[in-house]
Amino acid sequence: MSLFAKKLLSVAATVTALGVLIGLYVADWATSYPKEITATSAPANSGGVNLTLEAVAAVGAKYSPQHPEWVSYLVRTGGRWVRSTDYIVPANSVVHVTIYQYDTPTGLRNPFLSQVQGTVGSTEVIDGKTVNSIPPEEASHTFAVPELGVFVPLPGASEEGKHPCEEAPCELNSDHRTISFSFRTGKKGRYRWQCFVPCGAGWYFGNGGPMQTLGYMDGFINVV
Amino acid sequence: MSSNPATSPAELAGEPNHARRFGLTWLIATVIATPLVIVLLGPILPPGKATEQAAGQVTDNTVLLGMATPVLLLVVIYLVYASIFFRQPKGGVLEGPAVRGDARIQTTWIVVTSLLVLSLAGYGTVRLLADNGAGSGSGPTPLTVPAGPKLPVQVIAQQWAFTYRYPTYGGVETPHLVLPVGKMIELHVTSLDVIHSFWAYQLGVKADANPQIDNIAFVKPTKVQSFEVRCAELCGLWHGEMFDHGRVVTEAEFETWIHEQQTRFAAATKSLPPYSTTYQPEPTRRGG
Amino acid sequence: MSTTAAAVSTPAPASRPLWRRLIGFNLLTAVLLGIGGYYLGWFIGHQIKGSSFHNQVPSSENDVALLLAYFFGVIGFLIGLGFANYPVSRMLGRPASLREKEQEGWGRYFGLCTDHKVVGIQYLIGIGVFFFIGGLNAMLIRAELLHNTPTFVGPGQYISLVGMHGTMMMGMMTSGILGPFANYFVPIMIGARRMAFPRIEALTFWLLMAAGFILTSTIFFGGFPTGWTGYEPLNDQAVMGMDSYICFFALVGISMCLLGLNMMATIITMRAPGLTWSRLPIFVWSVFATSVLMVLAAPMLVATLLMAALDRTINTSFFITGGGGSSYLFENLFWFFGHPEVYILALPGFGIVLELLPVFTRKPLWGYRLAVSGMLGVSLMSFFVWQHHLFVSGINADLRPFYMLSTEIISIPTGFIFMCVMGTLWKARTSFTVPMLFCLGWTFNFLIGGLSGVFLSDTPSDTTTHGSFFVMAHFHYTIMGGLIFTFFAAIYYWIPKMTGLRFNERLAKLHFWLMFVAFNSTFLPLFVLGMKGQPRRVSEYAPNLHGLNVWVSISAFVLGFSMLIFLANAVYSLIFVRLKAEQNPWRSKSIEWQVPTPVPVNNFEQIPVFDSDPYEYGVPLTVGPGQTAPAGA
Repeated sequence: MSLFAKKLLSVAATVTALGVLIGLYVADWATSYPKEITATSAPANSGGVNLTLEAVAAVGAKYSPQHPEWVSYLVRTGGRWVRSTDYIVPANSVVHVTIYQYDTPTGLRNPFLSQVQGTVGSTEVIDGKTVNSIPPEEASHTFAVPELGVFVPLPGASEEGKHPCEEAPCELNSDHRTISFSFRTGKKGRYRWQCFVPCGAGWYFGNGGPMQTLGYMDGFINVV
Repeated sequence: MSSNPATSPAELAGEPNHARRFGLTWLIATVIATPLVIVLLGPILPPGKATEQAAGQVTDNTVLLGMATPVLLLVVIYLVYASIFFRQPKGGVLEGPAVRGDARIQTTWIVVTSLLVLSLAGYGTVRLLADNGAGSGSGPTPLTVPAGPKLPVQVIAQQWAFTYRYPTYGGVETPHLVLPVGKMIELHVTSLDVIHSFWAYQLGVKADANPQIDNIAFVKPTKVQSFEVRCAELCGLWHGEMFDHGRVVTEAEFETWIHEQQTRFAAATKSLPPYSTTYQPEPTRRGG
Repeated sequence: MSTTAAAVSTPAPASRPLWRRLIGFNLLTAVLLGIGGYYLGWFIGHQIKGSSFHNQVPSSENDVALLLAYFFGVIGFLIGLGFANYPVSRMLGRPASLREKEQEGWGRYFGLCTDHKVVGIQYLIGIGVFFFIGGLNAMLIRAELLHNTPTFVGPGQYISLVGMHGTMMMGMMTSGILGPFANYFVPIMIGARRMAFPRIEALTFWLLMAAGFILTSTIFFGGFPTGWTGYEPLNDQAVMGMDSYICFFALVGISMCLLGLNMMATIITMRAPGLTWSRLPIFVWSVFATSVLMVLAAPMLVATLLMAALDRTINTSFFITGGGGSSYLFENLFWFFGHPEVYILALPGFGIVLELLPVFTRKPLWGYRLAVSGMLGVSLMSFFVWQHHLFVSGINADLRPFYMLSTEIISIPTGFIFMCVMGTLWKARTSFTVPMLFCLGWTFNFLIGGLSGVFLSDTPSDTTTHGSFFVMAHFHYTIMGGLIFTFFAAIYYWIPKMTGLRFNERLAKLHFWLMFVAFNSTFLPLFVLGMKGQPRRVSEYAPNLHGLNVWVSISAFVLGFSMLIFLANAVYSLIFVRLKAEQNPWRSKSIEWQVPTPVPVNNFEQIPVFDSDPYEYGVPLTVGPGQTAPAGA
């Protein structure tokens, strides 16, 4: 092997090593998903599983150092609030969802989605009151799984409230609405869920940033 | 195209008449292959025959395939023929004939390709106009509008779902598209945010959903069946997940279904804005 | 291996210590100044923020800062390389040499060098690197499509990868042939000693490198969701990663425009005596036709992206319907650039094929004037067809018959090229060398690409195929099958001239056959997938299309593997074994093969005088009926 080849080889080896490192970084970036959270099983008498979520106006540096101002869902698991939007639920069962809504209203782009669809009884319970729709301008977020036909509008906390939630995770002593509903899962599959309210503050049509990034306002319901 | 260098010039001694051999091979292949392609592939070409427009597209695809086959064969057979017969012998340094062109062949080629191309464009235009846009989005003022009664249906795209609105049925909005068979449907496609594209594959319909634009497409279902709706223009995170299934049903079933929807979505219908060809919901720019 | 031996026999000027050599205008300075400029721009951007430019976007997203950071970064990079030296010294009234850094040695490949042959090699390596990055993106995309729901790659990252792959290929590969091969060979082919604007020539390369780096950096800012078309208003809605796209394409546009101007000026003004337009090598003609497109189309792109950047940063509303703009405007402006762009990719390929065929068939180019008019015709017509990309968009629906006609008419001049290829092959003495195989591969691929284009140009047919995998297959046949095959043909053909070395032929043939088979096995089924209803850029598709998608993915991996064979061959043949090439291995009559290898810095001792075109092959025949011995028709 010539000297020239040796030198080139060492250069090539360095370049390759660098390339592999960069490749690993890119692969890691490309394949990153939010951590999957398994829904907790519900008390035996009600059957199915429980999924407890909260929607916060700003997720804070603790949950998202990169985007502390972004609006986000959090999920309750092991007694703690975690930022993830990938949930595992069992097939052919009932999922009881409870959402604590700390964000204020924004209003729907398409008022049609102000009616509850696809839940058990086609209704939701807001602070103890059962309704089948809400005024579209009061919507703050929606919990929607279009493939399962589930569309649930979530009304916002009062804008005049005295105790707005300052920093995630929000606790129940802040102004909030409590929404609960149940839906049936069908066959196994990975279904996307998302928010249909233009809640991405500062983005065109309110639909950028957190509305288009997994882990904030979008995720998967993994039916297994 | 022209089977041949009709002017096969001074043949090298002992060489066969390549022009005739190649010409015949191509002619035979074309005569056999073209009808086969039309008969065998024609019926399975997309998008099927569920609507008049889809069936029209199948006809178009068949015609184009029929015209493409001889051209494909011409070049491919030529390449194979040339690769077999016009080789440099191993280790040889032979030179080919110093021919720099042939006015007659070139003129023939230009004339034939031009005719082919012009007739294709003519055919396409006739089909486009005759089929009332052939299922494609034809803008707010289509060039041709089918005569007779039409059922208007609005397709509203948003990030990331399609919903459908029936202005002649009290402006009721529904999450799935259901159409009556045998009726000319006038689809008004619009978007609430970015550009989407409404693609009902089996119906042979594709129309971009642009914000503030009423994009009209005509389609007349001829068969009771279900169809797939997909978004065909990149629209953000859930572009791939923006799909839905619709149904074409009999007229009676359609009436029952639409009345069901009116009852079911009574609450939502009340809060909808009045029917309009386009909508501009808040926020119109940055906001949220 | 002993490191001491390597250090001792370093051929570089040993007179100066290493640290002294690192100070000055070189790549290291350029990178440091680039980083400095980046942070300067970032800092300024954050100062502006919050006053008159406040636009409600959360402060973690600052488009102004990122765009300024990229801008200052590129300026710093170019100054570090030494691009400011010449204008500054002239402004100060000092003399400046016409050429820079033309010293011998490896150093000149890593900095500003005005020798067109060095720039050619720089382009080949630089573009090659980004081509491979783009290719790796495609591998990740196909890996995700092994499943019919998002599983491996996240849905957001998936569309970013699709965008990065498309943008990288459409942006970088515009200079895929003009960069390496036209820069290297056009001056030699026309008997010139240099390009018309050597400094601009170097600038185009370094701009492109900065651009490639910027596009790759998009993943630090969240990627971009628009694909290579960057459609509004999605463009406006996107996170900061979109600014990387805007900056990348603007730099590519500037680079393209300058490259085109330089080529045109060189070809028009610097031809040697006797090299009339009708004796110009056909490759030079194709470069000329491409350059015209680059100069006319690229500024449109830069202007469009500037408008998009203004929309994103200071809330203008060129493309926002709610503010009086129109999303149609972006589509129109983009495709007015975008369609010529695809011919910028395809035309140099025509040139390579027609340039190489006579050498390997031992015949003159058949129908020289037909070929020239074909290329110029394609070049001219490509400005009249752009709205066929908008057939179903609802824009100007009345004009669709016109665009159908103009689009189909463009196949007439393209047909001329096929006629010339077929005419040249007739009764030829073809040697099936590797470059020749790639040319024949082009003929087949481009034929499929062209015929599938007929379906897309026909509006009724386009209703189904528009925006589906059919389109994707179509343009991969014309660009990958057209440009990349001829790119490799050019590499195998000209490497002996550029380096004095050659490839191992067995590996090269293996590369061709694997690539050709895998390419067709990857992209032919995509026509079917498109016709069966799979839209482009989706990470989720109908379950019934799963089998075919798996087939395509596996073929794509084989296609990727064939590229590794090429790389292995390059490393093995050109670096380890260093296979010596003959002076003129192909017995070409073109002038670049008559000058010594390596080509002297000034190319020619004496400017050559031309008395014919470079296609004087073959034995004259007795002239038959209908035949003309001189350049015909």
